[in-house]
Amino acid sequence: MMTQEETQPKRQEDRRLRIVDRTMRMHGNEPHALIETLHAIQESYGFIDLDMMRYVSERLGVPLSKVYGVATFYHFFTLKPQGEHTCVICTGTACYIGGAKAILDEIGRQYKISPGETTKDNKLSLLTARCLGACGLAPAVVYDGTVAGKQTPESVNKTLGRWFKNGS
Amino acid sequence: MVLEELHEIAKIENERQGQFEHTINICVAAGCLSCGSQELLDSFKREIEKRGLEKWCNAKGVGCLGLCTAGPLISVEPSGVIYKAVTVADIPEIIDSLSGEPLKRLACPSEMSFFKRQQKIVLENFGRLDPERIEEYIARGGYEALFNALRDMTPSSVIDSIVKSGLRGRGGGGYPTGLKWTTVMKASGTQKYVICNADEGDPGAFMDRSVLESDPHRVLEGMAIAGYAVGADKAFIYVRAEYPLAIKRLKKAIAQAEQLGVLGRGIFNTTFNFEIKIRLGAGAFVCGEETALIASIEGSRGNPRPRPPYPAEHGLWGCPTLINNVETFANVPAIIRNGSSWFSSFGTEKSKGTKVFALAGRINNTGLIEVAMGTTLRDIVFDIGGGIPEGSKFKAVQTGGPSGGCITEEHLDIPVDYDSLTKLGSIMGSGGMIVMDNTSCMVDVAKFFVDFCMTESCGKCVPCRDGSAQMYHLLNKITKGQGRMEDIHMLERLCDLVKNTSLCGLGMTMPNPVMSTMHYFRDEYLAHVHDKTCPAGVCNMKRGGH
Repeated sequence: MMTQEETQPKRQEDRRLRIVDRTMRMHGNEPHALIETLHAIQESYGFIDLDMMRYVSERLGVPLSKVYGVATFYHFFTLKPQGEHTCVICTGTACYIGGAKAILDEIGRQYKISPGETTKDNKLSLLTARCLGACGLAPAVVYDGTVAGKQTPESVNKTLGRWFKNGS
Repeated sequence: MVLEELHEIAKIENERQGQFEHTINICVAAGCLSCGSQELLDSFKREIEKRGLEKWCNAKGVGCLGLCTAGPLISVEPSGVIYKAVTVADIPEIIDSLSGEPLKRLACPSEMSFFKRQQKIVLENFGRLDPERIEEYIARGGYEALFNALRDMTPSSVIDSIVKSGLRGRGGGGYPTGLKWTTVMKASGTQKYVICNADEGDPGAFMDRSVLESDPHRVLEGMAIAGYAVGADKAFIYVRAEYPLAIKRLKKAIAQAEQLGVLGRGIFNTTFNFEIKIRLGAGAFVCGEETALIASIEGSRGNPRPRPPYPAEHGLWGCPTLINNVETFANVPAIIRNGSSWFSSFGTEKSKGTKVFALAGRINNTGLIEVAMGTTLRDIVFDIGGGIPEGSKFKAVQTGGPSGGCITEEHLDIPVDYDSLTKLGSIMGSGGMIVMDNTSCMVDVAKFFVDFCMTESCGKCVPCRDGSAQMYHLLNKITKGQGRMEDIHMLERLCDLVKNTSLCGLGMTMPNPVMSTMHYFRDEYLAHVHDKTCPAGVCNMKRGGH
């Protein structure tokens, strides 16, 4: 049993790294592949850490300072691991008019986190997005990748409460 | 691939569709999907199969039907009835009603202005074709414009058509498209590029997302025609990573087009090659600016650079590059197919054609619309948009996002075109229209946009980087009830400075929402400063806060 448990993450690690390598190869390992590669890293690992930045820097021949510069310039990239669940609040204009701030305030009150933070038990990460393009359904919230429209502080509370109750 | 083969595909597809007595089109664009339309589509298919009606009735996923607020939407052909807020439980009743009277309970009124008063060019296939099947696009005349351009027209005559059509850039600036194409065509250099700007960063705008999700081939065809006209064989679509569905459908569309030979090498047995690749944005508003976008495709931070030289002469990797917005490219096949005089018969003297708008905010019919240029704002908001929810009072409509301004009641009768909106201190922008009522505080709205620009400023030039922070600071002071008259004067001076000295469009237009609200809603600013009250009750001050 022990060995299986030990090899499982390793095999997974290889698969994730292979995706990253393939992305770089597809772009001829050229420096301009940097952003595409960072996307691949974030998609497979969930975030971009310094080790991966070093790895990409060497492979693509891009100075580490530039890799770091690009990774921190774009809001879509995150350098911190996310919690078990993510809740993204859209803060675009329509959602702002529709009451996104009240939702953010409510989550802050309930779970003591601000946008960009994760609860201490690592269960929930709260994020904001600059418009998801779901303005017809404002205010919009993304629960673990699924968009839900016409949300209220109450409906958000209900959904998040379920995550905490289930213990998953 | 030759024209006959294209026609053959269209014929087979039309026959396939024609064998059904009824077709149920279920919207599977992002809006309706988030209301559960995928489950609805699957359930429709199951119910049809259960009843053994597969040869009689077809259920398929289609692009955006427009009225996003009432999703999931479905439309039924041939009757043309549109049903709103359909649930799985309604399916048996809808199928029962196919050969009889439409189901009144769910049907949108057939005379509804939202559907009747639109003029569709870019959205002509919306709600009709399955965006994941190239055959359906071809069945509606797709890729024929590209064929005609390649086989019967010279690059200059293609450009001539675009010039004569009067098409202007739909990304916001309104630069004449034909002129831009001419510059790229004339630029020297053997390698040229075409870039489609799908980095729809304006909060409150979702036209490009809808076009890419609902009719991706249209954009690809427009890009290929542009490539032929300017002499480019490589292209990129720079699309926001926040639009996963649009990316997925684009990838599929490119693969299908390459497989059929309408993209790739030797298109339609000519010597023309055209390859389109996707590049993902990563959440930087400034990358909507063309030089920043180019830097991003090159794998760098999205920092803009001074122009000239313009990308048309010195763009991607130093090569002449044509950059147009999604909606601009989506207009191109229709212009080539129907002729430039057909296109220029729509719209006003200086703004030809139509414009797609995303209606959102305090308005009854939120969603996507396309109207002829020159339609009045009053018609858009109160007729097509169905007015504002009962009990609230119209205050302003905001166009152009963080680069635009507010338009008040007294100006609602102006025709919407590039020049009229600029005259009012706003801009056409990419097409986001946010309606505000008396629950919105205009100082807070200005603060919202400045906050946005402050976060999104790339930091390269001082006026934008520091100016936005100072403007935010002043607005914050005012909304907290700590503002003084000199703050308003300072804000005005800062607006002037930032507008005139910033490097790129982001900084140059950032003061617009502030200047426009200060102009039209000065009383609200004064109430915050003098009386320390927020008339709308939004700002947390000693009175009226919540």
